[in-house]
Amino acid sequence: MARTKKGGSVAKSKAMLGWALPVIIILLVLPWFVNSYLLNLLIMVAYGAYLSQCWNVMSGYAGQFSFGHAAFFGLGAYTSSLLFVDAGFSPWLGMIAGALVAGLIGLIIGYLSFRYKLKGHYFALATLAFAEILRAIFTNTPFFKGAMGILIPISSKSTMFQFSKKVYYFYVIFALLVLLTVLLRYISRTRLGLYFVAIRENEDAAAALGVNVFRYKLAALAISASLTALAGTFYAQYFSYIDPNLVFGSEVSINAIIPAIIGGVGTVWGPILGSLVLTPISELTGTLLANYSGMNLMVYGFILIIVIIFLPEGVMGWIQNRRTQYKVKQDKSALARKEGKIHETPLS
Amino acid sequence: MSGAAILQATADGILMGGVYAVTAIGLTLIFGVMEIVNFAHGALMMLGMYVTYWLFTLFGINPYLTIPVSIAVMFIIGWLMQRYLLNKIINAPQHNQLLLTLGVMLFLENLALFVWSPDFRSINVPGLDTSIQLGVVSINKPKLLAFAFALILTAVLFIILQKTVLGKSIRATSQERDGASLVGIKVKNINAIAFGIGTACAGVAGSLIVPFFFTSPGAGAVFLLRSFVVAILGGLGNFWGALVAGLIVGLAESLSGLFLSGSWNDLVIYGIFVLVLLLRPTGLFGGGRLSGSH
Repeated sequence: MARTKKGGSVAKSKAMLGWALPVIIILLVLPWFVNSYLLNLLIMVAYGAYLSQCWNVMSGYAGQFSFGHAAFFGLGAYTSSLLFVDAGFSPWLGMIAGALVAGLIGLIIGYLSFRYKLKGHYFALATLAFAEILRAIFTNTPFFKGAMGILIPISSKSTMFQFSKKVYYFYVIFALLVLLTVLLRYISRTRLGLYFVAIRENEDAAAALGVNVFRYKLAALAISASLTALAGTFYAQYFSYIDPNLVFGSEVSINAIIPAIIGGVGTVWGPILGSLVLTPISELTGTLLANYSGMNLMVYGFILIIVIIFLPEGVMGWIQNRRTQYKVKQDKSALARKEGKIHETPLS
Repeated sequence: MSGAAILQATADGILMGGVYAVTAIGLTLIFGVMEIVNFAHGALMMLGMYVTYWLFTLFGINPYLTIPVSIAVMFIIGWLMQRYLLNKIINAPQHNQLLLTLGVMLFLENLALFVWSPDFRSINVPGLDTSIQLGVVSINKPKLLAFAFALILTAVLFIILQKTVLGKSIRATSQERDGASLVGIKVKNINAIAFGIGTACAGVAGSLIVPFFFTSPGAGAVFLLRSFVVAILGGLGNFWGALVAGLIVGLAESLSGLFLSGSWNDLVIYGIFVLVLLLRPTGLFGGGRLSGSH
C-alpha cells in the first residue's frame, strides 16, 4: 500500500498554502450559489472525506487496519443524541462527550487487541467484532431505545447544532475536515507521525529502535476513534435519525475505508481525493437509479476492485510515482548533459 | 425453562452448526492455501442460494439435485475470481486482498439486489415441510439433510486433500508456495482450484439452506460473520476444527437464544469471537496450514 514519502520543505508547504487558501475561500462562498441538490452533494463529499480521513489516521498512518470504525461513529452519534433527547444537552457538548466516550472505548478495544498482539487480518476481524458487539448491545437495550432508534427533534436552533439553512451544516463539516487535514499534516511531520509510520512499516524494527509501539498504537486508535465520533454526531444532526444498523452497521466502516483506499492510504490528500471521486458517483447513481437501492454500493465495489488491481497505492500513490519517475528521468537527462559536457571539454 | 425446550434447542443448534461448518470450511480452505480472508464468501453463498432457488422455481428440480449444478457454477466463479483478480495481487500487502474480496462482495450483493430485488423468497418442497418426531424433539427435515450433507462434504474434502495428487499439491502450496513451485506444482493453478473448491463449499451451503431459509441478496451476510467466527474458532486452515467449531457456534446461538430475549444471542457469538481472537487466535485446536489433523 502507499508508502509515500512525507518529507517536504517549508517552501513546498508554503506553495501548498498558496493554492489551498483560494480553494478554501471558493468553497466557503460557493455553497451560497448552488441549489439544494448540489449543496447536499458538497456536504456529503466533505463528510465522506472527513470520515475517511479519521480512518486514515489510524489505519493509513499507523497501519492498524480497522474494519470496525462504525463502533466509534455509532458511539459518537448515540452519545450526543441521547444527551440531547433525554437530558436536553446541546449536541455541541454531546459531540465532545461522544468523542470522549469513543476515545475511551477505543482505548479499551486497543488495549485488549494490542495487549494480545493482534495484527493484520486478526486485528481487522477483531475491530469488526467489537462494532458488531456494540450494535447488538444498542439494538437490545431499552435505555438506548433499542432497534427503534432515535428521532432527533427539530428545533432549528444553532445552539442545538441545528440550522435553518443547509449551508451551515456544510460549514461545520468543512471546518472539521480542514482542521483534521491541517492536524494530520502537522502530525505527519512531528515525532508522533514518524513513530506512526515507523510502526506501520516495521513494528519490530520500530520497537528495536526504542519506539513504544504499544503506546503509540493506542494513541493512533484513540485519536482516530474520537475524531470519528464527531462524524457520528454530525450524521445524527444532519439526518435527524439514527438507529443501531445505520450507525453501527458495517456500511459505515466500509464508507470510512473506501475513499482513503481509492485516493491513497497514508497520504494527507488521499481520503479527500477519494471522496471527491466517489461521493458524486454514489449520489448520482443514487438519484438516477433511485428504485435500485444498492446501485451506489455496486459501483463502489467495482471501483474498489479496479483500483486495488491497477492502482494499488490509490490515486495519490499513482501521482507520486509518476512524479518520481518524471524526476528520475529529468535527473538522468541532466546528468547525461553534464557528462556530455565533461566529455566534450577534453576533446575540444 | 423446560427440559424439552432445551433438548429442542440443542438439536436445532447442532443441525444449524453443520451448515455453519460447511461455509466455514470453504473459508478456512481459502485462508489455509492463500492466507486470504474472503469477505466475498457470504455473497458467493448467496449466489449458490439463487442457483437452487431458480432451478427449483423455474424447472421444479429438487433442491438437493441442484447441488452439483451449484458446485459447478460456484467452482467456476471462484476459479475465475482467483485466476483473474486475486492472482494479480498475490504479493500485495494482506489488506489489499481483503479489500479486493470486499469489493467483490459489494459488487455481487448489490448486483443481486438489482437483478433479483430485495424480496425474501422461500420455496416449498413437497415432502420436506414435515418434521421427524424424536420423543419430545422434532427435527426439521431440511435441516437434518443439510447436516448430513455437511458431514459428507467435510469427509470428502478431507479425503481429497489427504489422498489425491491434487490434495497433496494444495497442501504443498499451502505449506510452502515457493517450494511447491520448485517441485513443479503450478501454484497459480492450484490457488485457483483451491479457491474454486472453497467457493463451491459456499455454494453447497447456500443450496442446502434454501429449503428452510429465506433467499435474499443479504442472506449471505448473515452467514459470513458466523463463518468467520467458526473458521477462527476452529483454527484457520483446520477442517475438523471448523466442523467442531460450527457445532459449538450453532449450539451457543440456539441455547443463548433460548435464554436471552431479542437478538442478544448475537452478543454471545461475537463475544466468543473476540475472546478467541484475543486469547487463542490460532483457534481451539491449533491453526493449521491445512493440517486437517485433530
